[in-house]
Amino acid sequence: MEWLTLTIDGREVSVPKGTTVLDACRMNNIPIPTLCHAPELTSAGACRLCVVQIEGMRNLPPSCVTQATQGMKVETQNPKVRNARKVILELLVANHPLDCMTCQKMGDCSLAEYAYDYGVTGEVYQGEKRNLPIDSGNPFILRDQNKCILCGKCIKACSEIQGKSILDFSHRGFDTQVGPAFNLPYNESDCDFCGSCVSVCPVGALVEKQMVGKGRPWEVSKVQTTCPFCGVGCNFDLNVKDGKVIGVTSNPDAPVNGKALCVKGRFGMDMIYSDNRVTTPLIRKDGVLVPAEWDEALDLIATKLGEIKKTYGPNSIAALSSAHCTNEENYLMQKFMRAVIGTNNIDHCART
Amino acid sequence: MTNSINEIPNTKVMFVIGSNATEAHPVIGTKMKQALAKGAKLIVADPRRIDLADHSDVWLRLRPGTDIALINGIMNIILANGWEDREFIEERTEGFEKVREAVQKYTPEVVSKVTGVPVENLVEAAKIYATAERAQIFYTLGITEHTCGTDNVMSLANLAMLTGNIGKESSGVNPMRGQNNVQGACDMGALPDVYPGYQKVANPEVQAKFEAAWGVPLDPNPGFMIPDMFEAAVSKDLRALYVLGEDPVITDADANHVRKGLQALDFLVVQEIFLSETAKLADVVLPGASYAEKTGTFSNTERRVQMVNQAIKPIGNAKTDGEIICELATRMGYPFEYQSSEEVMQEIAKLTPQFAGITHERLGTQGLQWPVPHAEHPGTKFLHEGKFTRGKGQFVAIENQLPAELPDEDYPLLLSTGRKLSHYNVFTQHSPSLEIHSPEELAEINPLDAKQLGLEDGEQVKVASRRGELKTKIMITERVPVGMVFMTLHYFDSPTNVLTNGAYDKVTKTYEYKVCGVKISKV
Repeated sequence: MEWLTLTIDGREVSVPKGTTVLDACRMNNIPIPTLCHAPELTSAGACRLCVVQIEGMRNLPPSCVTQATQGMKVETQNPKVRNARKVILELLVANHPLDCMTCQKMGDCSLAEYAYDYGVTGEVYQGEKRNLPIDSGNPFILRDQNKCILCGKCIKACSEIQGKSILDFSHRGFDTQVGPAFNLPYNESDCDFCGSCVSVCPVGALVEKQMVGKGRPWEVSKVQTTCPFCGVGCNFDLNVKDGKVIGVTSNPDAPVNGKALCVKGRFGMDMIYSDNRVTTPLIRKDGVLVPAEWDEALDLIATKLGEIKKTYGPNSIAALSSAHCTNEENYLMQKFMRAVIGTNNIDHCART
Repeated sequence: MTNSINEIPNTKVMFVIGSNATEAHPVIGTKMKQALAKGAKLIVADPRRIDLADHSDVWLRLRPGTDIALINGIMNIILANGWEDREFIEERTEGFEKVREAVQKYTPEVVSKVTGVPVENLVEAAKIYATAERAQIFYTLGITEHTCGTDNVMSLANLAMLTGNIGKESSGVNPMRGQNNVQGACDMGALPDVYPGYQKVANPEVQAKFEAAWGVPLDPNPGFMIPDMFEAAVSKDLRALYVLGEDPVITDADANHVRKGLQALDFLVVQEIFLSETAKLADVVLPGASYAEKTGTFSNTERRVQMVNQAIKPIGNAKTDGEIICELATRMGYPFEYQSSEEVMQEIAKLTPQFAGITHERLGTQGLQWPVPHAEHPGTKFLHEGKFTRGKGQFVAIENQLPAELPDEDYPLLLSTGRKLSHYNVFTQHSPSLEIHSPEELAEINPLDAKQLGLEDGEQVKVASRRGELKTKIMITERVPVGMVFMTLHYFDSPTNVLTNGAYDKVTKTYEYKVCGVKISKV
């Protein structure tokens, strides 16, 4: 691999040939603000927030689409660069609702983070505001186009991650919108509800509907785990607040799937709290299943299985283990049948 | 899978047969679409016009249950054109001559007649697959859920070996496993003939090893497979059944027969997170914990063992399934004294060669793909590099076979079953959001059949087979060919498996969920 050496903010750094200036900065812990960039998507160079000054270049090039070259001299934080970014942010904020205190994205909003960092007031440019209807006609995704900054990441996620391409820009200039064809609501479009668009949205335009009002980012702990809904083995983060799962978010480091998930993995976690959960042991008495204590239920099973084993032999007892349970639990179940009951009558749904 | 999921975006050719990946394995479906965006070619063999068929270079719309004829026909064309990989056949396989003889009679014309696929599509598919630099086969239950399922799989193995498309990166045979941990349940020996790691119960050395580890004498005779259990229950050879996290009344073919078996038992225990249809028949129901409430591991379809991390306490009075089994074993006089699931994994690693190098700590956030034979081993990305497990790859000559029950005068439509994107087996109806999104069965029927029966889109109908009947709404669509009906297995109100046939594959005893005869009438 060929390596290049360049200077960023006076620091000499080496990166592999083919690296963008943005990645060169990030590899070396030099922060650059971005709104339209995501590592798993192709770069658009659309938001221009990642501009830097490069010696010998006339304008401020966007670092996400500029290749690093040997001997390049880059400045990322000088007043000219910071001022350019601030103007972009002022323009975005001029057309953005400032209901941050009730916005679901508060605490995790890139626009708010950079606006704070760059001292954006929202008072520099005054003008018309959008007043578009909120798309809430589906149980999964809440879409507020008034908060959309037109970064285009959701469009790329839909086409490059999901291969679906149902989203695109429509109209022009101030009226530009992002959405399905004819600006249909999601539930009337061809949307799969994979939620990849939500996972890349930098602002509050696309949020998980189930999580609205359920918790702020700083109140939530994230637990990486493996999805229970098919054999692909996607990983994601369960978002937990006060001992309750409030939703699922993508974990970019998930080994199989990265940010991609399907509708079940991302939104089906509400089955945990289904009213149909069995929450206490049940024993059939007089033909009806009635609640019982654990000791009573387990003693009854131990006694009955013991009696049946004694009377009819161990092979009169069988078990179905579970393709939904963990490896450890399946191991214990087959060991229970083989070592405790004394039979190989153990199977599961692999064949059925 | 012999390959890894993340090899898919870089593959050159994908042959997807009997797999509706974008719905049943959605994120694998997205990886396939990423490969297409990079210029990969796609062959789809499926009677239904699934989403991938619309993205394919060749769509082989075969008649259900004619997979062997199709594959033999493709092999016939490959051999006739000299597209086979002679070096691979010579060095890595045996038994090729018998296959060459067997496929001779499967000429393109004969196969076209049997399968309904035009000759030019057969030739095109054979050419794309056999002449690719690297090609992968993907299949799921459309291949295995037939009375000839094992032979279907062996046919695909023949095809891969014929063209040398196995044992390399982005080149192999990839069954995509259905449930989240069906791979792991098999790996852990939740099967009647093997201990963990596929070590045979009938092998005296293996038996001695587990007897020494567990300190009790063990039975060398394989036990009942699932279909045997219901038979044995009816004949009173089986008296008690312990069902962990399964709902066979809904998920097993010929559900009425299953129900009869369960009702004949002296004692039925069901350990579940929901009050399932099977739980409703139980003598004792034990509340287990969901994935969010426990720590352990799942093994995915690419053999990746990954952590499941507890996020919340079990709901109500529920306990983790592992804890329940331990308490019961202890009460029955064999103490299971594990402090954590990690300790269970340590015992698994000691007894299971493929898991020898696995600990929860090593799995971390990225998991490991078995085989992991020792503590420093990085895991195995793809299988069969340079050599098959048995040494040489065994070609097996396979003849086409008819399904156990085809449509006839009384039951003129062919029912096939599968999944849809918005649901997973019989779990997700308990998710309020998924239930709102996709609340009911919509049996797919071709417009010509609907017209003949005088049915309207969305109409409630009665579907009946020789074994049972149900009511469902219909969706009129050309996704299904004339004469075919498609239903999912997801809905309690339209329990499709009261219709399906309990006939099964002679080796695996997997039911023929994909083909049976039904009739539809107005309600």
